[in-house]
Amino acid sequence: MSDAVHSDVQRFLDRLSERSNARGAEPTWIAARRQAGAARFEALGFPHRRIEAWKYTDVRAIARGDFHLATDADFSPATAASLTLPLEAHRLTFVDGIFAPALSRLDELPNGVQLLPLSRALVENHEALVENHEAVGGPLGRLTGVEFSAFAALNTAFMEEGAVLRLASGTIVEKPIILQFLSRAGEAPVMSHPRILLEAGSRSQATVIEHHVGEEGAANFTNLVEEVILERGAILTHYKLQEAPLADLHVASIHVEQARDSRYTSFNLNLGGGLVRNDLVAELDGQGAEANFNGLFYGQGRQHVDNHTLVNHNAPRTFSNENYKGILDDRAHGVFNGKVVVKRDSQQIEGYQSNANLLLSDRAEIDTKPELEIYADDVKCSHGSTTGQLDEEAVFALRCRGIDEQTARGLLTLAFAGEVLEQVDLDVIAERVERAVAGKLPERFNLTGLVEAATALNEE
Amino acid sequence: MASQEMEQLVRRDYKEGFVTDIESDTVPPGLDESTIAFISNKKGEPAWMLEWRLKAYHQWLKMTPPSWAHLDYPSIDYQAISYYSAPKRDEDKPQSLDEVDPKLLETYEKLGIPLHERAALAGVAVDAVFDSVSVTTTFKEKLYEAGVIFCSISEAIRDYPELIKKYLGSVVPQGDNYFAALNSAVFTDGSFVFVPEGVTCPMELSTYFRINAENTGQFERTLIICEDRAQVSYLEGCTAPQRDENQLHAAVVELVALEDAYIKYSTVQNWYPGDEDGKGGIYNFVTKRGDCRGDRSRISWTQVETGSAITWKYPSCVLRGKHSIGEFYSVAVTNGRQQADTGTKMIHIGEGTRSSIISKGISAGRSNQSYRGLVKVGPRAKGARNFTQCDSLLIGDTCGAHTFPYQEIGNSTATVEHEATTSKIGEDQLFYCQSRGISEEDAVSMIVNGFCKDVFQELPMEFAVEAEALLNVTLEGAVG
Repeated sequence: MSDAVHSDVQRFLDRLSERSNARGAEPTWIAARRQAGAARFEALGFPHRRIEAWKYTDVRAIARGDFHLATDADFSPATAASLTLPLEAHRLTFVDGIFAPALSRLDELPNGVQLLPLSRALVENHEALVENHEAVGGPLGRLTGVEFSAFAALNTAFMEEGAVLRLASGTIVEKPIILQFLSRAGEAPVMSHPRILLEAGSRSQATVIEHHVGEEGAANFTNLVEEVILERGAILTHYKLQEAPLADLHVASIHVEQARDSRYTSFNLNLGGGLVRNDLVAELDGQGAEANFNGLFYGQGRQHVDNHTLVNHNAPRTFSNENYKGILDDRAHGVFNGKVVVKRDSQQIEGYQSNANLLLSDRAEIDTKPELEIYADDVKCSHGSTTGQLDEEAVFALRCRGIDEQTARGLLTLAFAGEVLEQVDLDVIAERVERAVAGKLPERFNLTGLVEAATALNEE
Repeated sequence: MASQEMEQLVRRDYKEGFVTDIESDTVPPGLDESTIAFISNKKGEPAWMLEWRLKAYHQWLKMTPPSWAHLDYPSIDYQAISYYSAPKRDEDKPQSLDEVDPKLLETYEKLGIPLHERAALAGVAVDAVFDSVSVTTTFKEKLYEAGVIFCSISEAIRDYPELIKKYLGSVVPQGDNYFAALNSAVFTDGSFVFVPEGVTCPMELSTYFRINAENTGQFERTLIICEDRAQVSYLEGCTAPQRDENQLHAAVVELVALEDAYIKYSTVQNWYPGDEDGKGGIYNFVTKRGDCRGDRSRISWTQVETGSAITWKYPSCVLRGKHSIGEFYSVAVTNGRQQADTGTKMIHIGEGTRSSIISKGISAGRSNQSYRGLVKVGPRAKGARNFTQCDSLLIGDTCGAHTFPYQEIGNSTATVEHEATTSKIGEDQLFYCQSRGISEEDAVSMIVNGFCKDVFQELPMEFAVEAEALLNVTLEGAVG
């Protein structure tokens, strides 16, 4: 390890020991994991581009950063209100990783739903939550071990806050559950290492919206680890709406474990962040399990958006379907790496994967790698990947009908994104993304106006 | 079909397995500077060539073998390999076929390639590489009239040093990768083709490579140069006798196409794949690269890979010239415990460059096969176009098929498409054939041949027949 790299790692470890000293004693099982995480992180160091999984993503912006840890969750209620999704929902809000009770809504939780910040779940001997220690300590880190990546190890070393959601068998949650992460524009950049644990009991159903957003000008580092466990027949729809400020650095590792007949649907919508890396892994462990990955990434300026997905078909008769769309403008750099693995004896699998990319600028770049690794013969697997520009004939067709060029291009771009967005059941989210994409397009006013007009028409 | 029957059919013997007993002039195993000096001296090479080799050797010493491929094999002891082996009587090389060692001719007979007849009937010039020294070159004069130079690389180093100095290593530099560096240091023979400006080579050029002596690696070096508006079609075919020791093969092929030139390079590879437990078999680590240097030049790779225990091979095109074209057509068949990691690289640099990739993989038995490809579009490659299709067919539930396509696109005017499918032979297709009185075996063979048709039709006639036969033999009985 070179000196510079070593000092980068050391800086994060120093922060960790400062934090540990300030925190004081904690239960041994947490301390032990923290230690394991720190040791692993120290051994691995930050990933570099000679590692295959990081070939196209340079994380030096994170490694060289000097991030502090936030100490409070103060946030202007007015700003928060403007950033919050206008949805009737149960909500947990975190400001720079710190739980903000004032901005959360935990009343009216239906029976069978347990939703609480991780800090409370980790506290030992807390009345009524005594069982949480074992219940949380058990699954925590089972899917995303410290071995997964240096960032997962770093998260384990720092983990303090996050969300725990548990659904009892047969619980159907009507209202969506929002996990909101706000990023503040402060004097010095901060880092947060949120840890999310979602456990859906058998035949339970819920919609979880993870929303990353913040004040303009913020430049913080978020390192998220998320473990999702779906028991038999559970149905979970998971939105990850990432609208972080453009200077934010965002790394997320999401692991999903699915038992028999469960269904997991992911919407990975990336609009913000300067450097974004998502790892989404699904383990289809029981027959009839189904995973649907929908993704959309929009990059502009010098944004770098990297999506890595992996589906492991560990059991026969499992199904996966993946559709990722990328739109890249200016000097944005997009990366897509999707992998489908069919294990030996996992017969009668269906696995589909599609990645289409639209380059709007000559200086934008996309690196894509759809992979298949198949060890069984009775399978139907396919993947497709395309990269291109807008169809000039389609642009011409629109212009013939009196639509100016910029608007025509904008409309076609929206239509390109539409294939993923029309799968989105929550109009609030679909419209928000549409507006963001339209608004970010060259002729913003025309298009935003168009979208608004269309929305208004729908409402009438 | 009963599984027992199937197994019997899968356990076919390697039909090309035999050893010709010719005394070899072999250096003791091991590699150091003196081995390289020995090879260079044996070949009567000038001093600059030895220097070139030593430079490669020193680079090789600093490199580590690549480990990224989806292959599993014990590490190779490079000191246990003998780096030079030539038929004993290399001092008085045969001047015509009559003078050729009858045993060698017998070898060709066994392979079903009666050299003189085949050469005459098919109008093919054969530069037969038997182990490392090229034994005979036919039709040299006819080619000479047309202005085409077709000879062994050793002769070329002696007779055309200027061309060698200019082009050798210009596509695959000495330090390109581990195996290319090794090849650059110790290559013993191979072919050299030079087609001058405006000439269309009057016949298809062909070389039959064979690996013969035990424990010797085969390190060929092939260099093909087409000047402006020149055209050539080159055929490479390989078989090897049955052996228990793993034999290492690390060839380098360099193609250079100048303005409006067209090079077509076809390979049928049927080296010994090892027995059903994976014992023996050839390790095939090949670096093949074509450079479309001139505008509107075109390079086309076609390969049918049915042999070798390990295949590590990525024929590539560097599309430098404006509107140049790169093509890659591949059929790879693995059975038994064979492993193949193969594919292509298309590097789009020039404006309006086009490439197409068609790859068909068939895995059976306990074999594993990967397609690994890269399509890279540089910022200056305006309007670049690529189409990639890779399909895999799995026969049996113990094999594996994998796809790792990389796409790096840095230009908004580029259009890049990739599609891949993996499936087994459809029950309904089999049923359809069988209900019309076609046996299961024949039905599978028909379906597989149909699956590979896109590639076979790119092969020259002589090879297409051979390829279909090879495919049928390799897959005999492997019905899923």
